[in-house]
Amino acid sequence: MNALRLPVRRAGASTGAPLVNPWAALAMPVLVFLVVCFLVPLIVMGMRAVTDLPSDAGGDVLVNFRRFFEGEANVRVLGNTFWVAVLSTLTCLAIGYPYAYLMTVASPRWTGILLIAVLVPFWSSLLVRTYAWQVILRDTGLINSTLIGWGLIAEPLDLYQTTTAVILGMTHVLLPFMVLPLFTTMSRIDPELTKAAANLGATPARAFLRVFLPLSVPGVLSGSLLVFVLALGFYITPALLGSPKDTMLSAFIATRVQQQLDWGLASAMALVLIGVTLAVLFVASRFIRVRDVFGALESD
Amino acid sequence: MGDTDSWRAPRRLALLAFGVVAVLYLVGPMLVVIPMSFTAANILSWPPEGFSTQWYEKMVEDPQWSRGFVNSLQVAVLTALLSSVLGTLGALGIVRGRFPGKALANALILSPLIVPVIIIAIGFFAFFSIARLTGSLPGLVLAHTALAVPFVIINVGTILRTMDRNLELAAASLGADPIRTFRRVTFPLILPGVLAGALFAFITSWDEVVVSIFMTTTRFRTLPVEMWEQVRQVVDPTVAAVATVVMAVTTTVLVFVFVVRRRVVVR
Repeated sequence: MNALRLPVRRAGASTGAPLVNPWAALAMPVLVFLVVCFLVPLIVMGMRAVTDLPSDAGGDVLVNFRRFFEGEANVRVLGNTFWVAVLSTLTCLAIGYPYAYLMTVASPRWTGILLIAVLVPFWSSLLVRTYAWQVILRDTGLINSTLIGWGLIAEPLDLYQTTTAVILGMTHVLLPFMVLPLFTTMSRIDPELTKAAANLGATPARAFLRVFLPLSVPGVLSGSLLVFVLALGFYITPALLGSPKDTMLSAFIATRVQQQLDWGLASAMALVLIGVTLAVLFVASRFIRVRDVFGALESD
Repeated sequence: MGDTDSWRAPRRLALLAFGVVAVLYLVGPMLVVIPMSFTAANILSWPPEGFSTQWYEKMVEDPQWSRGFVNSLQVAVLTALLSSVLGTLGALGIVRGRFPGKALANALILSPLIVPVIIIAIGFFAFFSIARLTGSLPGLVLAHTALAVPFVIINVGTILRTMDRNLELAAASLGADPIRTFRRVTFPLILPGVLAGALFAFITSWDEVVVSIFMTTTRFRTLPVEMWEQVRQVVDPTVAAVATVVMAVTTTVLVFVFVVRRRVVVR
């Protein structure tokens, strides 16, 4: 219980500060837990990429990676994963930017309503939402039945199990991750700046393009990075709303484990997916402070 | 001002129209499921016909759904308890503690939110099969806690970083020992964060599909896994009824979060 002793408040990071204080002990249980129940499982899984080798590997420890990159279908899925992530990021930006802007200029009450509208889906069941999209997009779903009922179309539109459906569903899930960083950035932009531009004779469009837009770029970059990285790992939504050709890497990995028990290839793919994610974060870190992106999630 | 209003009017109208459409896009899809669950028709097509509670009856009578419901509830409650204990201690340690490798510790705590969930899922599966914990309640609780504990740390950490440390110093200077100070001053102050974190942990577990798919067996299944299996095979509206129940539980918990959060403001 010594750990609970209150340390005397110091002015700044004083030079005589001990390297470890008693409070640190309280962080140990969760850190040990995460090492044992999170990090070790990931390492155990990752190891299988170089230990679970096919019998004809002949000591080639990288054979699973070679199998991945030599398989035409695998590379296509990797490319598709990238493409879908890019499309979802662009769609999120197209909807998220005006949405966050609206939140910034609206009255506090409306800002609250818009915030709740974006947070409620954030915390509601992914599976329920994806199921809802099925109900909406099916041949006998809400959109097709309504359009046929109004006599606008004769045959149902091909919506369900298309890339469009995947993008619609993924954007719905990912939009909060775009809107929240954008709103944080935009609400910090001093409204006097655009007013000053207008007073100096700029048209509203020009004031927006030359003043507001450049100032909102950090939010755009943070939101896009967050959405893109999360989109790379999507599984449920593309599997339920897309066709087999919309398969993303996650679903591909799941199939290797569940149906083929090919742990070597599955682990190699998992490492490729982690590698791609880290590469994106690394490239992004040259332009923005990645720490800020996860600022909302920061624990220190 | 009249001058600016004249160009603002059409722009405001466009923004307003956009806002309505966007809110509809965000909230609408989930509301579609509710009328669907009360359809009298046997197929999942829009619009729902008549009114019937048959799909709710079918859901209650089917032991797979009811067992899934009980299993999910158990896993979610235990996950919330374990996460809030580990997470609260962790937040105190991370925010107030000083130790080497703290940046690394921070990265470890946040990584369950960033690593693609399928990778976490097969990692758990590979590891817990060795420990023979797949298809068991403890195994799934441990796995869900790893996913949920960051939310508790974030919630408690936010309060810890903004609270007035002088309150603790005052208690100490008035003669309270450290334990008493913690029990009577610190803990009541961070309690809303602990509760909000626990509720978010509950929702995380209650809705979790991907890790659960790998960590459950036909003998021990949670509600989302049962839904995942049925959505792909059966096309009758029972899943709509289940989805409505799942949503009702999540919404109730979220309302609690708002109540808890509001308390913080009131104080």
